[in-house]
Parts: sequence; C-alpha cells; structure tokens
Amino acid sequence: MAGTSKRSMSPHSSQSSSPRTSSCEMFGYVGIEAVLDQLKIKAMKTGFEFNIMVVGRSGLGKSTMVNTLFKSKVWKSSPVNKLGPLPQTLQLQSVTHTIEEKGVKLKLTVTDTPGFGDQINNDKCWDPILNYINDQYEHYLQEEVLITRQHHIPDTRVHICVYFVPPTGHCLRPLDIEFLKRLCRVVNVVPVIARADSLTLEEREAFRWQIQEDLKKNGIFVYPQKCFDEDTDDKALNDKIREKIPFAVVGADREHTVNGKCVLGRKTKWGIIEVENMAHCEFPLLRDLLIRSHMQDLKDITHNVHYENYRVHRLNESHLLTKGAGWVTLSPPSRRTTPGRCQSLRWSQEDLENGS
Amino acid sequence: MDKEYVGFAALPSQLHRKSVKKGFDFTLMVAGESGLGKSTLINSLFLTDLYKDRLIPDASARLSQTLTIERRGVEIEEEGIKVKLTLVDTPGFGDAVDNGDCWMPVVRFIEEQFEQYLRDESGLNRKNIQDSRVHCCLYFISPFGRGLRPLDVAFLRAVHEKVNIVPVIGKADALTPKETQILKQKIREQLEEQEINIYQFPDCDSDEDEDFKKQDAEMKESIPFAVIGSSTVVRDGATRPVRGRLYPWGAAEVENPYHCDFLNLRRMLVQTHLQDLKEVTHDLLYEGYRARCLQSLARPGARERASRSKLSRQSATEIPLPMLPLADTEKLIREKDEELRRMQEMLEKMQAQMQQSQGEQSDVL
Repeated sequence: MAGTSKRSMSPHSSQSSSPRTSSCEMFGYVGIEAVLDQLKIKAMKTGFEFNIMVVGRSGLGKSTMVNTLFKSKVWKSSPVNKLGPLPQTLQLQSVTHTIEEKGVKLKLTVTDTPGFGDQINNDKCWDPILNYINDQYEHYLQEEVLITRQHHIPDTRVHICVYFVPPTGHCLRPLDIEFLKRLCRVVNVVPVIARADSLTLEEREAFRWQIQEDLKKNGIFVYPQKCFDEDTDDKALNDKIREKIPFAVVGADREHTVNGKCVLGRKTKWGIIEVENMAHCEFPLLRDLLIRSHMQDLKDITHNVHYENYRVHRLNESHLLTKGAGWVTLSPPSRRTTPGRCQSLRWSQEDLENGS
Repeated sequence: MDKEYVGFAALPSQLHRKSVKKGFDFTLMVAGESGLGKSTLINSLFLTDLYKDRLIPDASARLSQTLTIERRGVEIEEEGIKVKLTLVDTPGFGDAVDNGDCWMPVVRFIEEQFEQYLRDESGLNRKNIQDSRVHCCLYFISPFGRGLRPLDVAFLRAVHEKVNIVPVIGKADALTPKETQILKQKIREQLEEQEINIYQFPDCDSDEDEDFKKQDAEMKESIPFAVIGSSTVVRDGATRPVRGRLYPWGAAEVENPYHCDFLNLRRMLVQTHLQDLKEVTHDLLYEGYRARCLQSLARPGARERASRSKLSRQSATEIPLPMLPLADTEKLIREKDEELRRMQEMLEKMQAQMQQSQGEQSDVL
C-alpha cells in the first residue's frame, strides 16, 4: 500500500518497513530507547492540534457530546430554557480552545454544522461541508508549496467527522447514505447512534447490525478503514472496534450523585443514565477511540491519505506532472463537489470490491 | 307523581341500545416521520398487533420509496360494544432527501373521503352510507428536535382545516421531565404562531364534579401528549408486571402518569372524546368542505375555473362535485311538480265542498 511508507515516523510501527535490512543482535544496553522520551518532550513542547467536525440534525446532542468528550464547556450548547429558531440554511461554525492536561497542550477546533438535514428539501446540503473540508486542504497545500515555508504549518484540516445518526431503530435514511457516501472519501468519518437512551439494548444491537449492513451495501468505508491496518496487532484492535461501530452514545454535561459518586448523566423519572458507564451506553468507547488511542492515527491518515489524494488531484488539475522541477504555481481550484474520484489511486481494487 | 311521568327520560338508554347494536366506526390516521414509535403506540393503544406482517424496508429500498397511504382495519369488541377501527398509515413520510410536497397524497386522500361522503349523501340510496372520513389524525413530533420542524409546519398547515389534529411527541422516554416541559411549551408557541388549528377539547360543563374538571384541565395542559409505547411486559422485580421498556438504568412504564401521557391520550381518544371527534369531523370539517365545494359550483363558470385551478398548485382542493345524471334530476322535478299539482287540486275541491256545505247550512238556518 502506498500509504505506509510515510507512517514509519510514528513510534508504533513494529516490523519491516524496509524488509531488506537485516536485524543484528546487541550485546549491551545502548540507550536507543531514549529516543522515545526525546520525541515525547519535543511533542509536549510544540503541543498537539486536533480538529473535529460534528454533523447531524439539530437536537441530536452534538454540542453536548463535544462538551462531554473534552469534559469542558468547549461549546456552549444552547441554554436549556431557550430553544432558538432553526437556521434556514446550513452554516458552519468553528470554535477553537486550548486544553491542557498533565503538561500536554491540545489546540482543539470543533466545527459544528447547524441546519444540516433540517429543511424540507435537503438536496445537496452536504456541499457546504465538502467545500469546507476541501478548503482546509487547500490552505495547507498553499502553505506547503511556498518557497519559504513556515516551520510548523498550522493544521486546520478536519481529522475526524463524527456523524450523528438519529435513533429511529430502523435503518439509515437516504440522507444519511448520500452524505456518508460522499464524505468517507475525503475525510475520516465515524458514525454514532445519537441519543441512544431511547433504545433498549436489544434494539441497539438490531439497529447497529442494520446500519453495518447498510454501510456495506453502499460501499461506505468508515474509520477505522480496513485497508489501512498496518499489522496484525492493529487489525485485531481495529476489528474489535469495527464490530461495535456505530457506537450508541449518550451525552450529558450535568452531574448527578449515584451511590455516593458524582457522575455525568441524565436524570429521568425511572433512573439515571450514566454516560461513562459501559453498561448504559458506549460513550467511553467513542472517547477512547477519538482521544485515548487513535488520535494520532486519525491525524496520520488525514495527512497521508486524504490530504495526499487532494494534493495529487490538484496537481493533476494544474498539469504539473509534465513541467519540470522548480517552484510551482497552482491554478485556482475548481469548485468540485466530488473530489473523491482520485480515490482510485490509493484504494486498491480488491478493497473496493470487498467493501471494507 | 306517576301521572306526570311521561317516560322520555328513557330516550338516552334507547339511543344507547341502538348505538350498541349499530356499532361504531372510527378512522384514525397516524402521520409523522419513520422511527418515532407510531406503530408501537397504536398497538399499545388498542392492545392488538395491527402490524404483525409488517416489513420494514432497508436503506436501499428507502432510497426509492415515495409516500404511500395504507389502510388497515380491525374490529375490537369490549363488553358487547363493537368498534370497527380503520387505521390509515403514511409510510415514507419525510424519509426522502427532498420532501417537498410530500404531504399532497395525504391531503388528497382526506379530501377523497369527503368527496365520497358528499356523493353518497347526495345520492338516491342513503341507507347504508359508509363513513370512511378521517376522524382524527395523530401527528407525531420528534422528541429530538427543537420543536416543530419546517416539514411538520408544512404538513400541519396543509391538513389542519380538513381533519382533527392531535399532536403527539413520540418516544418521550428520550427526554428528562424538564426537557419535556420545554419542548411542549415550544410546540404550543409554534402552533399558535403558525396559526395551526389543532383539535380543541370542548370545555366540560359547570355541573360536572370537581374530579372530572381537574382531570379535564390536566389533560388540556399536557397537549401535545408525550407518549411512550410498548407491547412488552416488564417485570421489574419489586413492582408488579407492567407494560414498559426495560433499560439498564430502570424501566419506563407506559401506563404510569408520571412517566408519560399515554393514559391521557388513551382516555381522550377512546374513552371520552371518540364521539366528539366524529361529530366535529361531520359538523365542522365536512360541512366546511361541502360548503366550499358547492359554492365553487354555484358561481358561474365555476367548472372552468375549477379545472384551470387544478393545473395551478394553489387550489388543488376545490374538486368539482360530479352531479347526478341530468335525466334523473329532471324526472324527479317533474314527479314533484305532478304531486304538487294534484295536491293543489284536491285542496281546491275540498275548499269548494266546504263552502257548499256551509252555504247549505246557512240556507237551512
């Protein structure tokens, strides 16, 4: 796979990126492993950036979910006693915060999409979102092709798009399918079952299975994509995650006392739904995926696959492959709505057939 | 005292006996997006499984689905009283990417029922008119929105003058009590703002007892009804088995007034206001339709105007009523004229006779 060559930078890659070098035995401690600490210190100094986009109809708890994920009022969800009017068209709103934990600084940007899917006619409502994502790739590309580049190019590219599926309990709606089909080719997409506290456990399983079938039938590859699994460890871990996608999540930013402990949850007349309790909902799985285990992987795939696809497509457009070396001026981007056509360069034919 | 007792106080029980013999028929329409718990609620309301052989289409089938109107009939009997319930379902409503005018088939259906009744009523044989008019429309609003969506508003405005609307918040177990309050308030405000006429419960008489009045006021307060539906029985251990939904954090009970408004809805729909819904449909909504229809025919050139307006989108409602064949009407009129003439002749003869006899009497005297 063409994508793997650049991924050897991450400390996780275990084996053979270059199978021709032979391994030799060492008869003492050299101290090579200290490079990990050096990487860590450097990373902590520069800090991390992470850009997340949330998409879904209004009222599915997107803003609350973001607040719950990062345990802070990242997004001021609309106050409980004032339900504002629905926006007439889709508008994208971004907010950036810097969060710090144990010396690690994270510059988090959350992009919300109010108005998505709320109108009577929702045709092409995914276009503004696609254009936004491609704009961020374009900005990065422009910075990259400069002669004197910045030391650290600010990364505004969307690393993950969380798609909120309403808990109907039946199957994906035509709007969901149209959106996911187009977006999974340009960005990492993770669908979640929103407001899952209205489904019983059996209903959740049935709904999840139906959604997985729908995704397979329509050739939609959600994160973690099977074709980017590097080795068997990765594959095993990701397979477990793939079984559970879409996660059935519940978000809450109020605290309640349960058995003496203070927990985040929703209080109803028949019980308290604890957000971080695996028996109640799968929010911990989503949090672990996005933050604790796969955040770096999300960024890598965005950079090595989605961004590269965009770059190749743009360079092709400007017919640069025929010119020689030197600095390049790119022709202004044409407004495409299906940039994923270049996907064929990166996704091998068998993967498309397998529908993984 | 016995002398002054005439006996017409027994009329209500005569009426009761007759109605019981005749049976009731009631047509209920359920509308709203898919996945809001409509079928489950209907099964819970009438304690039957009306949707036994139902196939839920998967996503690819939905891509090409358009709105269809489905009718299901069931006869329910309770303590000797038979109710023939017809359920009208609208699968496919609001499911597509572009839902423009997706409510038109529903509006047309409701009007077709009115038209059928109008035709039957104006016909010659009126003994067995089947009343297939829609008596009540339960409109399901999503609990996940911020009130009414543009599609909800468009649908309600298209049908509110043609059918009794009872707004319902489906899957209400997704909301905390406070959220339910806020949503209900918001929906009420929006209904007022958009000037949508939902079914108005008649005020109870001042001589009803306090309990009934309190119940009535409570019921009016809780519109739109926030309902949970379930056909499964939950055994919670401590409490007796109830119908509800079992979650890891507790069980939401369908018939618990603190959990949802299901009992209110059932009481209203079945126990107290069934007859009123039918009456309002007949006296108000049907009469309105009939008046509009006949008025449009009474105006000269109305037929042309009506057919022209059929092409334009606006008054697709004024469907000209096909009249009885001309020959029949003429015959009727001629017959009536004959009768009138005969009666007049007889009257004149009698008058002449009376005058004669009076004249003879005066002669004698």
